[in-house]
Amino acid sequence: MAELTKELSQVKGDKPAVPGKDVKVHPTPEPQGKRPLDVPTGTPTVIVDDLHIVYRVYGAAAESEKGNAVNALTRLLKRQARPQMKEVHAVKGVTFVAYHGDAIGIVGRNGSGKSTLLRAIAGLLPPHKGAVYTDGQPSLLGVNAALMRELTGERNIVLGCYAMGMTPAEVREKYQEIVDFSGIDEFVQLPMSTYSSGMGARLRFAISSAKTHDVLLIDEALATGDREFRKKSEARIRQIRESAGTVFLVAHDLRVIEQTCNRVIWLHKGKIKMDGDPKEVIAAYNKG
Amino acid sequence: MSQPESAVADAQAGGRSGQEPLAKLAKRYGLRRAIARPRFPVYLRQLWERRHFILTYATSRNVSKYSRSALGQLWQVLTPLLNAAIYYVMFGLILGGKDDIENYPAFLLTGMFVFTFTQRTVSAGARSISGNLSMIRALHFPRASLPLAYTIQELQQLAFSMGVLLVIVMITGETPTWFWLMIPVVLVLQTLFNIGAGLVVARLGAQMRDLNQLLPFITRTWLYASGVFFSIQDKVVGSADLPQWVANAMYLNPAASYIEWMREILISTHNPELGHHPPTMVLVSCVFWAVFALGFGFWYFWRSEERYGRG
Repeated sequence: MAELTKELSQVKGDKPAVPGKDVKVHPTPEPQGKRPLDVPTGTPTVIVDDLHIVYRVYGAAAESEKGNAVNALTRLLKRQARPQMKEVHAVKGVTFVAYHGDAIGIVGRNGSGKSTLLRAIAGLLPPHKGAVYTDGQPSLLGVNAALMRELTGERNIVLGCYAMGMTPAEVREKYQEIVDFSGIDEFVQLPMSTYSSGMGARLRFAISSAKTHDVLLIDEALATGDREFRKKSEARIRQIRESAGTVFLVAHDLRVIEQTCNRVIWLHKGKIKMDGDPKEVIAAYNKG
Repeated sequence: MSQPESAVADAQAGGRSGQEPLAKLAKRYGLRRAIARPRFPVYLRQLWERRHFILTYATSRNVSKYSRSALGQLWQVLTPLLNAAIYYVMFGLILGGKDDIENYPAFLLTGMFVFTFTQRTVSAGARSISGNLSMIRALHFPRASLPLAYTIQELQQLAFSMGVLLVIVMITGETPTWFWLMIPVVLVLQTLFNIGAGLVVARLGAQMRDLNQLLPFITRTWLYASGVFFSIQDKVVGSADLPQWVANAMYLNPAASYIEWMREILISTHNPELGHHPPTMVLVSCVFWAVFALGFGFWYFWRSEERYGRG
């Protein structure tokens, strides 16, 4: 413990002397030494150690393969992989340490591995190589997958809360708060399939943010809703960030990241290209 | 970004990893691996804590499943009835099954409804992981919740079809006896077996996508092997002249055992010499399959817990 404290203080101590040093460039996969200036504490909450994620994608089946039990049986017996199956190496050796109080933005092009990285931190995707260590259970903000469009908002709130692991007492307690925050009023009695896309997004955000999390991972949640709701949700994120430990935010809207985060990681083709102060990383990202 | 800074960063990186691996740093701060399989008893406890989710999820799926069809929940009853009607015409009238077996409608419907429960649970279980990848990749919960919820969903449907079955059986001339109190016992045992079987096929279905293509073929074979529309004893030993052990082996398959016991309870002309009691062999088979499938199913499913998100 003492060792690390010393180490951290050294790192912090020499940082102001070299402005802009908290930004580093690919291929260095080592963010440990570079801390943004306004970080509250130095307790690590998430450690990502040389993480590789490989997942499988299934292409469309060829005409000869479709739904033929005999073909399937032959393949199973021969233990052959499907010819259309591809392995995607989405994250290739990412290493960084996140600290208590951090709000880390992750930027990068489509397919650069942002969402995959979040899912791995949340412990939802098994690493191919390397490891993720976390303090408590990181949660992905988003219950979309558990909700059912045919059901009423009311039922979906209950279902979503249970899906996030709440107890019945907690659900009763949070229910009204969720309805109020989402601002969907009497629409709560109607099936979600009748909602406008904005209303649906608001309800989903309201449900997912009803639970307090130690480590929160947000994937493009702020991109939807009208201006008023956007402000509300940004305030909620700030509040979560203050009460909870660490927040990760993936968004294409760089303004949101600049306003909310104190550190930005730029992912490029599954590797960290840059990691550091939001202004500098975003400036470099816009240039590149 | 200028070259020297990058060099500094490189040097720091090298120095850092030389000093202390991140794994050690994590250990010192008490951080745990984000993805780790809990010990088996812990896993079962976590699953119990998620019972509200499992129940709500099962009910929600049942509600939303029929929300677009005009007849709605009525399909829960209509589907097995239509199936039974087809099989009655096919095997009872055309192939003459009803001449050999007394009270053939009750015989057929009992077999059909009991078998359908297991068959639907297994088919649903095979899709429970592979069809919910987006949810598995977004939320934390013991993954066994999904196959469990699917089993409960089928159990809720079974409540409807059992009601229909009892009514039809009474219409065909059977009178309720005290033995009908054993119906829940059989269904509980069958449900335990179904949970276990669902868990096993859930893992298989998650790892081998082709299982979904293969499954209709397997369940069809299973249907024929379980004596749903013929008497195993009569056909196998009587007509086909096969040795008795073949028939016994077929009776020992779980679906046939549950069907057989249910028929003993409901149909007075079914093996009347036994007087509503199942043959010992069938009884043992029913209990064995329930206990074995449940224990093995949970264990087998749990062994792969942390890998279901990979797809």
